[in-house]
Amino acid sequence: MDFVLKLFAKNELIVAFLVVGLIMLVSVFISQKLLRNKIPGAAVAITLGLVLAYFGGKKGIADIPLFAGLAFFGGSMMRDFSIVSTAMGASLSEIKKTGWVGVISLFIGIAVAFFVGGSIGYFMGYTDIKSVATIGAGACTFIVGPVTGAALGASSDIIAISIAIGVIKTVIVTILTPLIAKRIGLNNPQTAMIYGGLMGTTSGVAAGLAATDPKLVPYGALTATFYTGLACLLCPSVYYFILSFFI
Amino acid sequence: MKIYGVAVLSACFIAGQLIGEALGIFFHFDGNIGGVGFGMLLLIVLGDWIKKKKWLDTESESGIHFWSGMYIPVVIAMSSTQNVKAALSGGWVALVVGVFATLLCFSLIPLLSRLQQRTDPSL
Repeated sequence: MDFVLKLFAKNELIVAFLVVGLIMLVSVFISQKLLRNKIPGAAVAITLGLVLAYFGGKKGIADIPLFAGLAFFGGSMMRDFSIVSTAMGASLSEIKKTGWVGVISLFIGIAVAFFVGGSIGYFMGYTDIKSVATIGAGACTFIVGPVTGAALGASSDIIAISIAIGVIKTVIVTILTPLIAKRIGLNNPQTAMIYGGLMGTTSGVAAGLAATDPKLVPYGALTATFYTGLACLLCPSVYYFILSFFI
Repeated sequence: MKIYGVAVLSACFIAGQLIGEALGIFFHFDGNIGGVGFGMLLLIVLGDWIKKKKWLDTESESGIHFWSGMYIPVVIAMSSTQNVKAALSGGWVALVVGVFATLLCFSLIPLLSRLQQRTDPSL
């Protein structure tokens, strides 16, 4: 048995290809036979991935040596590279059509997440301004939370909560997007760009759109990728300053 | 050759990351601002131009399409490596804030998309 495990560890990325292929196979089967195509196979597979992650640790299932390759396969380098590749075939005129509303959606999306998230935190007992700001920033993405918390000097348990908020947001966006896409009119490039700007979590947006309609991925991802950077700039500075008038 | 397509993709990716990093340094922000977004814009513009000049044949272009096809598998791998346990252990605050703030953002989508349609010059 030992030599088998050693072989798997040595070829971890290849093992990851095989594992994801198998997850996809099972998911497509579940989607077609059990859910009668109501939820797309990709959405089932992504949800299944999250369920599997629960059985792992900090790095999800990749904490189990057999599945270590998944951390590289699903890491930021591969994610960003494959997201950029989806831009091939995206139409410049569709992007221009969205215009300034796409930019506005970014500012509104960050403001709503920050101030609404912070207010809820405030009413749940986290009343000092640093905690409120960090919790609000966590409602942007799980990167903005810790960046803002570190910049303001918030305590580590608050930072942990802000990461949790961001991860929960990613999970909700991933699962909910394909389910409510029809109701919110998410079936064209323009709405996809607005959606990306409002939600901001690149992984959630991209995964949600992939499960809804893969053609929309580049449009949503394009605005979403500006969200985290912009939010990291705004939350600890301008938005924190505005917050200081209220607390 | 497929590698030509992959090389074009890589060039756009790296150039985009460099722009993002440079912006980060400029704004004194420890990180990358929109690197992926710039990479995508570059590929959209460059891809269009290369197609018009017919510099890349279908075979080379398929090198890029392979990676966009790998996109969903990468996302599946990514979701299986998230710290889901921590997300659930963050307690009620994390859950309530995460759910409400996200739902509110969702509800704004139809609103903004109506605004966009109203200002669409093509309509």
